[in-house]
Amino acid sequence: MTTSTQNHENPMSTVPRTRAPHSDVPTGHPSGPGRVGAGFFDARQLVRSLPDASRKLDPRVMVKSPVMFVVWTGAVLTTAFSLTRPGDWFGWAISFWLWLTVFFANLAEAVAEGRGKAQADTLRRAKTDAVARRIDGTEVPGTELRVGDLVVCEAGDVIPGDGDVVEGVASVDESAITGESAPVIRESGGDRSAVTGGTRVLSDRIVIKITTRPGETFIDRMIGLVEGAARQKTPNEIALNILLASLTIVFLLACATLPPFAAYAGTHLTMVVLVALLVCLIPTTIGALLSAIGIAGMDRLVQRNVLAMSGRAVEAAGDVSTLLLDKTGTITLGNRRAAEFVPVRGTTAAELADAAQLSSLADETPEGRSVVVLAKEKYGLRERHQGELAGAEWIAFTAQTRMSGVDVDGRGIRKGAAGSVIAWVKERGGQIAEDADRLGEEIAAAGGTPLLVAVEDQGGVRVLGVIHLKDVVKAGMRGRFDELRRMGIRTVMITGDNPLTARAIADEAGVDDFLAEATPEDKMALIRREQSGGKLVAMTGDGTNDAPALAQADVGVAMNTGTSAAKEAGNMVDLDSDPTKLIEIVEIGKQLLITRGALTTFSIANDVAKYFAIIPAMFAAVHPGLDSLNVMRLSSPSSAILSAVVFNALVIIALVPLALRGVRYRPTSADRMLRRNLVVYGLGGLVAPFIGIKLIDLLLSLIPGIG
Amino acid sequence: MGPVLAGVLQLLALMAALALAHVPLGTYMAGVYSGRRHWRVERWIYKAVGADPDTQMRWPAYARGVLAFSVVGVLLLYLLQRIQGVLPLSLGFRSVGPAQAFNTAASFVTNTNWQSYYGEQTMGHVVQTAGLAVQNFASAAVGLAVAVALVRGFARSGTGVLGNFWADLVRGTVRILLPLAAVAAVVLVACGAIQNFSGIHEVGQFFDGHGVGGSQQWNGGAVASQEAIKELGTNGGGYFNANSAHPFENPTPFTNLFEIFLILVIPFSLTRTFGVMVGSVRQGYAILAAMAAIWLGFVALMMWTEFAHREGALRIAGAAMEGKEVRFGVGGSSIFAVSTTLTSTGAVDSAHSSLTGFGGGIALLGMMLGEIAPGGVGSGLYGILVMAVIAVFIAGLMVGRTPEYLGKKIGSREIKLAALYILITPALVLVFTAFAMALPTPPRSALNPGAHGFSEVLYAYTSAANNNGSAFAGLNANTDWFNITTGLVMLLGRFLPVVFVLALAGSLGEQRPVPVTAGTLRTEKPLFTGLLVGAVLIVVGLTYFPALALGPLAEGLA
Repeated sequence: MTTSTQNHENPMSTVPRTRAPHSDVPTGHPSGPGRVGAGFFDARQLVRSLPDASRKLDPRVMVKSPVMFVVWTGAVLTTAFSLTRPGDWFGWAISFWLWLTVFFANLAEAVAEGRGKAQADTLRRAKTDAVARRIDGTEVPGTELRVGDLVVCEAGDVIPGDGDVVEGVASVDESAITGESAPVIRESGGDRSAVTGGTRVLSDRIVIKITTRPGETFIDRMIGLVEGAARQKTPNEIALNILLASLTIVFLLACATLPPFAAYAGTHLTMVVLVALLVCLIPTTIGALLSAIGIAGMDRLVQRNVLAMSGRAVEAAGDVSTLLLDKTGTITLGNRRAAEFVPVRGTTAAELADAAQLSSLADETPEGRSVVVLAKEKYGLRERHQGELAGAEWIAFTAQTRMSGVDVDGRGIRKGAAGSVIAWVKERGGQIAEDADRLGEEIAAAGGTPLLVAVEDQGGVRVLGVIHLKDVVKAGMRGRFDELRRMGIRTVMITGDNPLTARAIADEAGVDDFLAEATPEDKMALIRREQSGGKLVAMTGDGTNDAPALAQADVGVAMNTGTSAAKEAGNMVDLDSDPTKLIEIVEIGKQLLITRGALTTFSIANDVAKYFAIIPAMFAAVHPGLDSLNVMRLSSPSSAILSAVVFNALVIIALVPLALRGVRYRPTSADRMLRRNLVVYGLGGLVAPFIGIKLIDLLLSLIPGIG
Repeated sequence: MGPVLAGVLQLLALMAALALAHVPLGTYMAGVYSGRRHWRVERWIYKAVGADPDTQMRWPAYARGVLAFSVVGVLLLYLLQRIQGVLPLSLGFRSVGPAQAFNTAASFVTNTNWQSYYGEQTMGHVVQTAGLAVQNFASAAVGLAVAVALVRGFARSGTGVLGNFWADLVRGTVRILLPLAAVAAVVLVACGAIQNFSGIHEVGQFFDGHGVGGSQQWNGGAVASQEAIKELGTNGGGYFNANSAHPFENPTPFTNLFEIFLILVIPFSLTRTFGVMVGSVRQGYAILAAMAAIWLGFVALMMWTEFAHREGALRIAGAAMEGKEVRFGVGGSSIFAVSTTLTSTGAVDSAHSSLTGFGGGIALLGMMLGEIAPGGVGSGLYGILVMAVIAVFIAGLMVGRTPEYLGKKIGSREIKLAALYILITPALVLVFTAFAMALPTPPRSALNPGAHGFSEVLYAYTSAANNNGSAFAGLNANTDWFNITTGLVMLLGRFLPVVFVLALAGSLGEQRPVPVTAGTLRTEKPLFTGLLVGAVLIVVGLTYFPALALGPLAEGLA
């Protein structure tokens, strides 16, 4: 086990932090504890994105989205057609709304990208051109460093490139990338040796071995990621695009073959009407919003200070069926705490608590502090300070003696690991109370760690009782694991503890399984085993020996406090170094896929109403019976067709916030989620356009000459 | 007993029979395709054609087998018709012309059985029995083989091999189609269908429209045996032009119901085969439920529109009896019409052109759905599984996972093949209908004007592209244009989808299954069945709505 349990900056906070790293970007708020928060949407962003949206009208850009390219082509055709008949208001109106449809799609994408751009700009400001001082004394610009160079950084220096500290220890301000203003400690060796270019050394002097070429540093990659420059279509997005393209072809065929059918029926369809029908039928809603959904999904991760190295990883997160969670810091608080004082027969709990507290005053470890706190909270024993007791001789806790205590007023009190205290008692010719052993064993069996408290006074040398030290499971973890189980995700706790302890904690936290006495090899084997059964595995890690497992896992989240090797191996980096965030990452991945599916369903369901608007309008003249399909009783053929086109355009802009925010997500079983989303987006998609088109038609019919 | 009640009782009897038959037959078929042992007669066949039935084929090899076998089938059948003039037992019929011979060969090899000829005036005993009847078995067995290959793609993991085409083909014929057809033929003979090799009888003294004294020619033939496989293999090519309306093919109301049962029994039972082979009969039930819901819904609509008889003449007649046999009535004819168009059968016991406007539309829409409820022998199952892949892809996203069906992920490769599959038929139907309507000559084949005439042409290409084979009638299809284009459409409409299905099977088979968790979309639940039905109706409905509006809807709403 490599997870460091005593990080100076305590990254293993219990509170999931959700904070934008860069101040000029508004923050998304989680909608509830542990819930994937909605993103944000600000109408002003629309206005800011207008120029970008206009630039995207370039056909070379449009062609990348097949559905919208068809709309673009249709708009060009109807405009050209209208130019030949300038007096035909209908052709102009349709052309105008087709251009708006294309423009709205571009706007959605531009807004999504715009948010990334703002973040990238802030990052760029952090990337000042630092001058690197090589260890041999030469100075070169940071951009000319090579991998393997050793550079020296002192207080006030900007670190010129990504690397590992090979000598010294320093406090570093990493706010440029994490947004966290508290400095962090970086030191040679161990799991906190990685430094990032663009961050600033606040104190001391360190020697850094450069590990990344200039231009490929972490900050460069971050800029690329948030800007969307490095964005590639993800596997699921590609598949969806294929489906949308084939639906577009189907509708293209349905419309292109219509003129001869209509001619046989005795009517002539103008090109404007045909294009209007086509645009209404092809899945423009999802086609327009698809890329915005993808960008916004990545962006939601960035808002939570998680950088995904690829969109593929975000999608994979939604598919994860096994989560490997390190016990320490993720499931339990970083340190064990005193939970109970168990006296031996003949001693009261209050006596024991008093002795335990006194003997722990000289123990500055978290465990020692927790004994003092427990005595205070449970037995009202005021915390005494070492100076209060005159003539006391304090015995501080050390890793060698594994014991702390005090000698005062002729009393000697000791508290510590069972072996050490027993040795101390025996040394002084005391007896070990027969139930002391049994109590210790009971605590160990329950997964706790027993500490013995012994005293030497007039009554002789004897054991007073046992302090029960236990891991404290973070509040709310059981609920989270229950939710995960309902989502079909199995959680496996990874710990270096013995199986007995591990089982106790696993039971208390409610995880499905645990891996005790885990070595990096065990972890790797576990991942392989899960994967061979077809499962996708997600894990977090920060140490160099986590790197192989991080690389093997389908979603490997490296802690930013970890080593460069870990960050290289994972496909996500959590800038907050909060392992519980893995759960949020999974939810964001799911939310991304749900949003795509919901809008696709909505888009296809919309077509039904559009047919009922357009088909009677096209053919009621030759087949009067078809007018009974005009169930919305739209006022005139032109108004019916125009209303459908207007609705089609407006629905895109109306759904931009949903695309950027993501569909509301609640962890629940697939069945319930499907039922809910089918009702909202399937049935909703069937009904909404009937209402919308009717309303638009009512408004249009007020305009003289249309109704 | 009123005609409506009679219709409903027939429907209930049919459903009871199917419910009884589908479990044993489906389980038996799963055994046929899963067993390792070869029957002795099968080994003789393998030896004769030089096939090794134990070689496992990847999808390209399997597809090559299907295509090679079918090409040979088309050539042989074409040749047989072209030399009919010199064959014995030909009842004096001449060789069939090249365009019509091509059309008929394509038609029977693709399991379409579109007939641009009059059986009793064109085909002698040799072509009927050695040519057409052989393809009735072979084309159905090919359909079964392809469906089984797709099911193996779902069922197998980490392997691209889909079984052996030759073994599947031979087993389907020897162990499933031949025994069932033999039993069915005996039942039909017992009920009055004819089975002989007699010549043409001239029968006199008929009222021919001008007065008494006209004569008719009545052919004998191996009718019952051909009728059995015609329905059982969802072929539909009648011995006589009147098809299952002819008393020699379908003499009584009971045989009518029995023939509907034969049409439906294998396609419905295949859902059980599917369930057994993928290791979850509940998955089979979900597919069965989707098929049954669509079929029952269509039957109900058809009966409603045929019994409703809103117009004056029909009101007087009591029902829309034009074009229907009095011995079957509206009920029996409606069930037959829906069953034949929702499968790839295309046999008819009434004139579809004489159905009400909506009724004709229901028959058309049934074919347009891709014939998946329950669909043709084999083709129905693979058709609905492809639709299930599409439905899973859209809905699966809504549960927040990469969509998967039966543990297999639906990625871009799978969706590409499924999308190509569902693109082919609409493309063929719409493009060829548009050309036919746009060109000067072909529309003249339509014998009716207006919306009904358009329906006739649309029906022809819909029937050909979906390998149904039923005709709306009222269209003179024996022109070079229709013979050649429908022939091409039948071949493309059969074999392009087959290739895509096999490629899909290969792609699925290579995957390792994802284990089922609470986060998995449960495809054996009623919710999914409903979703599948909805996806089929909406995707297909949207594709053909404009065309349907100008044909049957315009007629029905007029």
